[in-house]
Amino acid sequence: MAARAQPAPGTMSLADSRRRLLTDSLGIMASASGFGLVYGLSARAAGFSPLEASAMSVIVFAGASQFVAVGYVLGGFSWLAIVLLTAFLNARHLLYAAALAPFVADQPRPLRAVMAHVLTDEAFALAIAHFRRIGRADVRGYWMGAIISTFIPWNLATIVGVTVGGSIPDPSRFGLDVIFPAAMGGLAVGLITGRRELVAAISGAVIGVAIGLAWDPAAGIIAGGIVGPFVGMAARPRAGENDRAGQLAFGPEQGHEHAMPYFPQGGEHAPDDPEAGLP
Amino acid sequence: MSTALIPLAILMGLVTYPFRAVPLLAPGFERLPERAKLYLRLVGPSVLAALAAVDTKVIKNDAGQPFFRVGWEWLAVGLCIAIVAMRRSLLIGLVLAAGSIAVLRALGVAPLP
Repeated sequence: MAARAQPAPGTMSLADSRRRLLTDSLGIMASASGFGLVYGLSARAAGFSPLEASAMSVIVFAGASQFVAVGYVLGGFSWLAIVLLTAFLNARHLLYAAALAPFVADQPRPLRAVMAHVLTDEAFALAIAHFRRIGRADVRGYWMGAIISTFIPWNLATIVGVTVGGSIPDPSRFGLDVIFPAAMGGLAVGLITGRRELVAAISGAVIGVAIGLAWDPAAGIIAGGIVGPFVGMAARPRAGENDRAGQLAFGPEQGHEHAMPYFPQGGEHAPDDPEAGLP
Repeated sequence: MSTALIPLAILMGLVTYPFRAVPLLAPGFERLPERAKLYLRLVGPSVLAALAAVDTKVIKNDAGQPFFRVGWEWLAVGLCIAIVAMRRSLLIGLVLAAGSIAVLRALGVAPLP
């Protein structure tokens, strides 16, 4: 089977990229629903009220740390321990925000503040792929990935899990537990546009597993995310390799006549931008 | 209905939010040096690959010790990655990944986690 060509970064139209985003989001929705359901069931088993379980899903909105909180509350650990572990587990979001920051720098500060609250693994994966396909930010696309695909399913599933409880069959019987790692792996593949990205991805995975086994899975994820890019930077791009991704993501390359800035100027929209002309 | 854990949720939210917000709200991230921009470009594939690999291959036992997991879940995730690489369709990859592991579990070939 021949491999389909990956569209060059920044060359896909907004409408086409949003269609791809919508399709990708369906899998993320299934993943968020499955995990949210399991979280709700776990919270119920740990004695959380529906209000407490939902408050965590709305306020924290970070799956791994919510599962840890359930386990630690059940185990009688101190709140300080839970909060410190939450900070450790969610430190990787710093990398996500840093990678997205150049794209959204021209958005109003209050909007960025709201965008930050719903920045999860899934939202980042969908948004960075979408932004790189079109070569700039798309706020509506971000909401699609962060809220419609993740926040709403996660919170609805939490409510269902914590209220309906034991009458729900185990989601892992339907293979929902593999959707999250499969989605992250698949979205990582979508971001590989050259040798450096490939080396960074492989390095991140190998380092993550090594540190995860030697210390802790959460530490492995953070270490892979931090060290992997350094290894990728050390790799030499293949001769003639289209290396526009970063230029498109972070502005035009000097002297590159085809490079396009990703920051739209005030009031400027892509020709096919459905938001053009709207207030 | 108990609300005793809501302050804990607020504290957890308070320590999580800065990690998400500081780079988005701090000025100057769009004017980073080229090397920093290249680094950030590579964060996406690196951290997502790390998430996928660790989530699939490292689990904790009852004593909280991490260990290397050998299981059918690897193949399901690998199948999704292969589908995305060849067909550029995440949805098809996810459906096949979840479907294949569900069938293997229904047949008793793969154990439930």
